Amino acid sequence: MNATWSRFNIVSIVLGFAFLYLPIVLLVVFSFNESKLVTVWGGFSTKWYVSLFHNQGLMDATWVTARVGVISATVATVLGTLAALTLTRYTRFRGRLLFSGMVFAPLVMPEVITGLSLLLLFVAVGFDRGFLTVTLAHTTLTMCFVAVVVQSRLITFDRSLEEAAMDLGAPPVRTFFQITLPVIMPAIVSGWMLAFTLSLDDLVIASFTSGPGATTLPMKIYSQVRLGVTPEINAACTILIAIVAVGVIIASLANKRREVQRQRDEQAAQRG
Amino acid sequence: MKSLGSIRRDFAPWNDPNAKPYIQFDNVTKKFGDFTAVNNLSLTIFEREFFALLGASGCGKSTLLRMLAGFEEPTAGRILLDGQDLRGIPPYRRPVNMMFQSYALFPHMTVENNIAFGLKQEGMAKADIDKRVADMLKLVKLEQFAKRKPHQLSGGQRQRVALARSVAKRPKVLLLDEPLGALDKKLREETQFELMDLQQNLGLTFVVVTHDQEEAMTMADRIAIIDKGEVMQVATPAEVYEAPGSRFVAGFVGNVNMFDGKIAAGEAGSASIDAGNGITIRTENAGRAAAGTSVTFAIRPEKIKVSSTKPAGAVNAIEGEVYDIAYLGDMTIYHVRLDDGQVVRASTMNAARITEDPLTWNDRAWVSFRPDAGVVLTR
Repeated sequence: MNATWSRFNIVSIVLGFAFLYLPIVLLVVFSFNESKLVTVWGGFSTKWYVSLFHNQGLMDATWVTARVGVISATVATVLGTLAALTLTRYTRFRGRLLFSGMVFAPLVMPEVITGLSLLLLFVAVGFDRGFLTVTLAHTTLTMCFVAVVVQSRLITFDRSLEEAAMDLGAPPVRTFFQITLPVIMPAIVSGWMLAFTLSLDDLVIASFTSGPGATTLPMKIYSQVRLGVTPEINAACTILIAIVAVGVIIASLANKRREVQRQRDEQAAQRG
Repeated sequence: MKSLGSIRRDFAPWNDPNAKPYIQFDNVTKKFGDFTAVNNLSLTIFEREFFALLGASGCGKSTLLRMLAGFEEPTAGRILLDGQDLRGIPPYRRPVNMMFQSYALFPHMTVENNIAFGLKQEGMAKADIDKRVADMLKLVKLEQFAKRKPHQLSGGQRQRVALARSVAKRPKVLLLDEPLGALDKKLREETQFELMDLQQNLGLTFVVVTHDQEEAMTMADRIAIIDKGEVMQVATPAEVYEAPGSRFVAGFVGNVNMFDGKIAAGEAGSASIDAGNGITIRTENAGRAAAGTSVTFAIRPEKIKVSSTKPAGAVNAIEGEVYDIAYLGDMTIYHVRLDDGQVVRASTMNAARITEDPLTWNDRAWVSFRPDAGVVLTR
């Protein structure tokens, strides 16, 4: 392949990245705007960050979002892992196709429909909409993503590891907790993080299933934006972006380090 | 004293009618759906025996091993270990351990924790576990690798960890599924002898599954040749090689030349076989085959001599033409095309550096062999 940078290549890459990241850069820049007008630059200031932490509504919403995220991601991870185990281990049982279809349906279901149907269900059952209902809704939404991630790991899992454990005297339950679970743990952790992220930025389903006192951050931001974008929102979004970016960077650095270490170990093992 | 093969056997419980069988497969059948993996098979293995199940892939030998370990239950028949019926006993309660073909080392545990895993399941005291693990590491010469994880080891080291882990519990029977399959040739040869020493020192019963006949011949006391879920022959390596029971076994183990023919005349074991095209073979190993029986005369390449002239006094000598020669250093393999078109393979040890009677391609040559050199097969 030709490795030189033709003018066409440079232009396309600049345009491409600009399209992806310019809006985010603008948002970050304007979060440091002195002026109250979002589109007019009035000098550098961090006052919106200060006022952000005094905005009780936003702070409450952040707290709700964090709790919903952690609880729903945890429950979804447990259920999703169980579903993935069932689907990979029991390849023949009555209704397996139906089961796998139902596990993965939320992946392709439009969120509006998921949200609306959950709303109808909660109303019919007589659940008061609030923290519990959002958490339940997010669990149903994110469970299938966990199942996909864990299942793809389980497909490549060497079953002879479990057989070896049983052969050495470990009953099935102990085998699961001492061998299977530790080996697939990285996939479960990434499943949890995926579920948490999905819950964090969900607006549609939360709007349908949430009630008074359980406003999530995306809902809060959206409703404030409808009243006009304030630089405070920009500041809140910048913090969110920073958190996500730091998380992603740490994760990929750790991954990279592990990979390099593994390669070095393997080379060392081959040598001696 | 004359003996089949080159080894005198002192350990031979299978010849002792009073010896108690240790592992018994009793008319065992295993079906997976419509596929019959093991078909009404019976086998007896004795204590402290090194027993090999030899067969091509898919012949059912691994299924036999997995049934012994408890990962599969027989569809019919029973398996006895030391007199106890194993049916319904789960793998984690059987006094057998297995070394897996993939080694199945636990990737998240260090070498010492891998070895200690089975001992911990028994609830052994910590101090005893530490001592046993240290012994095992010493046994497989991996003392300095105790804290390593499996991915930090080479293939040969992983194989030894798997071995140490499977013998750590001192099982009654050790099952080995293609134990040397993943090693390169040189390492495999070394490890074969290590395994034999280990089996001798620990006094365990070993059942090894392999598709490599050389491996089975080297290590095993007895070999069971398995084909399509059935036992073709159970015998010592020398018997399997020198006295195969059927055409399949003769062809499966080692190289062989076969002549189809009819018993022309004979008495008390010695007979002449009319192999067609004017070839008559005189043999002393015809057994009780009556005149007129269709038989196959099988002879190993190294028992055939190739010479440029007809050897004086040879009972069996057939003329042909040298068709192909492969010089391997320690030996030379000749392919001689007989006048009827059949190609005979003969191998000669190069015991001397200088050959008196060198042959080359397309030379006329004689193949000759003694009357006791081949066997007569009726199956």
